[in-house]
Amino acid sequence: MSTNATHESTTQQTRIEADPNVPTIRIIRDFDAPPDKVFRAWIDPELVAQWLGPKSTEMRIDEWDARTGGNYRYAAVQDGAEVATFYGSFHEVRPDERLVQTFTWEGMPDGVSLDTMVFEDLGDGRTRTVGLSVLDSFEARDGMMASGMDVGVYEGYEKLDALLADG
Amino acid sequence: MSEDRLSRVFAALADPTRRDIVARLSVGDATVGQLAAPYDVSIQAVSKHLKVLEDAGLVSRSHDAQRRPRHLEADVFDLMTAWIERYRRQAEERYRRLDAVLAAMDDRPKIHHQKGATS
Repeated sequence: MSTNATHESTTQQTRIEADPNVPTIRIIRDFDAPPDKVFRAWIDPELVAQWLGPKSTEMRIDEWDARTGGNYRYAAVQDGAEVATFYGSFHEVRPDERLVQTFTWEGMPDGVSLDTMVFEDLGDGRTRTVGLSVLDSFEARDGMMASGMDVGVYEGYEKLDALLADG
Repeated sequence: MSEDRLSRVFAALADPTRRDIVARLSVGDATVGQLAAPYDVSIQAVSKHLKVLEDAGLVSRSHDAQRRPRHLEADVFDLMTAWIERYRRQAEERYRRLDAVLAAMDDRPKIHHQKGATS
């Protein structure tokens, strides 16, 4: 897929695990950078803004206090219009090792996920990140998955939930 | 699921009426007439939606020549697989942007990362 970007290794592939028994999503990915650098890209708002938001949108960070007990709020902006806003707290910021956050999409204010990101030192200047999101129901988990669709992202949520729940 | 098949599945499910049809077929087979009943649309319109769902491999016709009830081929597990794959690709895209950010970052000393720092 990536042929001309020299910094990319083709062996790096994101792995996703959706547990059938508990409403969680696990995301695993290796990076060609040491843990302190990867961690910095995760908590420095200027760096985060460059990669976290969807490709087609700009990430506008309104609040960002990346300390244990701190909070954050950001908006996805498309053509000058706010598409979605998200907020949560930094439950634990343990430099270079572990980042625990809560995460809520304001469009579904009763929903909250607990996101734990662990930065594993693989040696040779490489890092494995293991992210675990714990949601409060299978419907919320599956809705989160379905929101990755490039069609009807914010509409048809309920119908998809119903579809997956009806099965 | 192949890339092409996945694209067709997502395109088919882009429409709320078709998602609703899929949801109803997940409960049991139904004829075109039964499927059309709750909607304020013609049988022809529902047939068109069914055609899209059939082309995507989500729905099939059973061989009962009289009623030709429609049957949901994909089970929810398949759909979950599709959601997960799409979710995975989006995460991979995001992480590729992070690869680029990491490559562009300088290796500045970790002074601000001292453990237990009080600043």
